[in-house]
Amino acid sequence: MSTDTILSFEEAMEKYDPVLGFEVHVELNTKTKMFSSAPNVFGDEPNTNVNEVDLGLPGVLPVVNKAAVESSIKIGLALNCKIAESCRFARKNYFYPDTPKNFQTSQYDEPIAYDGYLDIELEDGTVFRVEIERAHMEEDAGKLTHMGGAAGRIQGADYSLVDYNRAGVPLVEIVTKPIQGAGSRAPELAKAYVSAIREIVKNLGVSDARMERGNVRCDANVSLRPHGQERFGIRSETKNVNSLRAVEHAVRYEIQRHAAVLDSGQPVIQETRHWHEDTRTTTSGRAKSDADDYRYFPEPDLVPVVASREWVEELRATLPEPPAERRKRLKEAWGYSDLEFRDVVNAGVMDSIEETVAAGASASAARKWWMGEIVGRAKTADVDPAELGVSPQTIVELNGLVEEGKINNKMASQVLDGVLAGEGTPAEIVEKRGLAVVSDDGPLLEAIDAALAAQPDVAEKIRGGKVQAIGAIVGGVMKATRGQADAGRVRELILEKLGVEG
Amino acid sequence: MAAINRDDVAHLARLAHIEMSAEELDRMAGELAVIVDSVKSVSEAAGDDVPATSHPIPLSNVFREDVVGHTFTAEQALSGAPDAAEDRFKVPAILDED
Repeated sequence: MSTDTILSFEEAMEKYDPVLGFEVHVELNTKTKMFSSAPNVFGDEPNTNVNEVDLGLPGVLPVVNKAAVESSIKIGLALNCKIAESCRFARKNYFYPDTPKNFQTSQYDEPIAYDGYLDIELEDGTVFRVEIERAHMEEDAGKLTHMGGAAGRIQGADYSLVDYNRAGVPLVEIVTKPIQGAGSRAPELAKAYVSAIREIVKNLGVSDARMERGNVRCDANVSLRPHGQERFGIRSETKNVNSLRAVEHAVRYEIQRHAAVLDSGQPVIQETRHWHEDTRTTTSGRAKSDADDYRYFPEPDLVPVVASREWVEELRATLPEPPAERRKRLKEAWGYSDLEFRDVVNAGVMDSIEETVAAGASASAARKWWMGEIVGRAKTADVDPAELGVSPQTIVELNGLVEEGKINNKMASQVLDGVLAGEGTPAEIVEKRGLAVVSDDGPLLEAIDAALAAQPDVAEKIRGGKVQAIGAIVGGVMKATRGQADAGRVRELILEKLGVEG
Repeated sequence: MAAINRDDVAHLARLAHIEMSAEELDRMAGELAVIVDSVKSVSEAAGDDVPATSHPIPLSNVFREDVVGHTFTAEQALSGAPDAAEDRFKVPAILDED
């Protein structure tokens, strides 16, 4: 593998202006395939989710999956696209064993959705509009495993094995217009764009959107031009960059590589690049050639798809609130700071907090619980916080017990352990484990007397007005009561006893 | 007469994975030109008011509900495969693509 020369990102940015373009493939989560009734299921035994249509046997007739068309229209609407009144499928002809038909059924000059846009919010709140050229329907290809030779690499492979379970799975390919003006934020924008697409299709419920399973796959186009030049430079297309982090890294790397090529006075070669996660570099795939002459023509076996305006509006009415708008609304409703809200989103507990607030907790209490006790436990257990098994009702109940002074925070943590161990509701666990706060002042006063007697110098300081010294006494009492005292009440009683105003 | 030269035919033959001899390329260049001209006469018959037709029957929205139907077993799926291994189709390594 040859190593390409690269420029530092900063130098590349000084000299050149990057232009980006993305093709994102989204696998739909319909029950069946795009053109056959075979199941659309990931991870099954090879070649068991196929029938004659998927294998392209002679004389078969594909039939369009209505649910897949509806999902495609929903994606188009969520991307602010126009929906074609009428569109057709087309055959994209090529010879490669990932399709048994020697063509991929796709759309060519009549995509179902076109001319849209997506506003992408970057980390610091800057909003960048990405124009969508089109979103079209097509089918996924089968999966090739290269055997022999270097591990898994096609170079030097002896043969390949093909599983057609994925062949025919419905895909929507979303293509952007050239993205200009991102400057040094191009890598960040790339990541944010793919992240937004992923979030949208997940929110629509039309895709499982799991990148590690290839539900969302990105091809990233990068070109550079000298500052001030109108004409685009020659682009490279980095294929199958399949994690958000990789998208950012790949765009950054390609910018650096192009800059070095241009600096050396050479033209950039228009070609496919392969992304390598291990070295965070790309290598040359194949140059664009006449092998890319796909000879598209209208698919004779599939009649046009006509999307009546009534149908489109019906589908529009089912769209959920867009994720970006929802975040904005929740942040305002909850009154969190930018940082607090970002932490909540990054911790993946926004939905849980929303449910907990809906169940009756205050926004601040919901955040305290989810971002504290629950996120911590989830991290230890290595699961998503929402999957830990804590219901919003549990949080509401637990928080209520604390606010009523029945238990303190330390006990609440033990109660939560009990809930997770399946011991019952928080109230039941308080009862069973005997965790109620000691609210009878008698035993508290005794403990306070003992604590004051044990630390006479501290008692003197407090009497003298140094109220902040009270922590040592409170600590002594909490220790004596094994944490079962209400610290607030203990503080009150100590001040009362010493005749000091809190 | 449509201009179909020998290189065009060689290009098409490669795309279609058809092996052709030098004589065949020469002959087909001439024959294809005639065929293209014949097809062209159809375009001349259709005026500007006739849209390009991809389907002769006025049908649209032939859909299927999203309900799982029949599948093959791996054995059935592979029954027509020239070669197979590990329940999958076995194909020669193709080196110029990925």
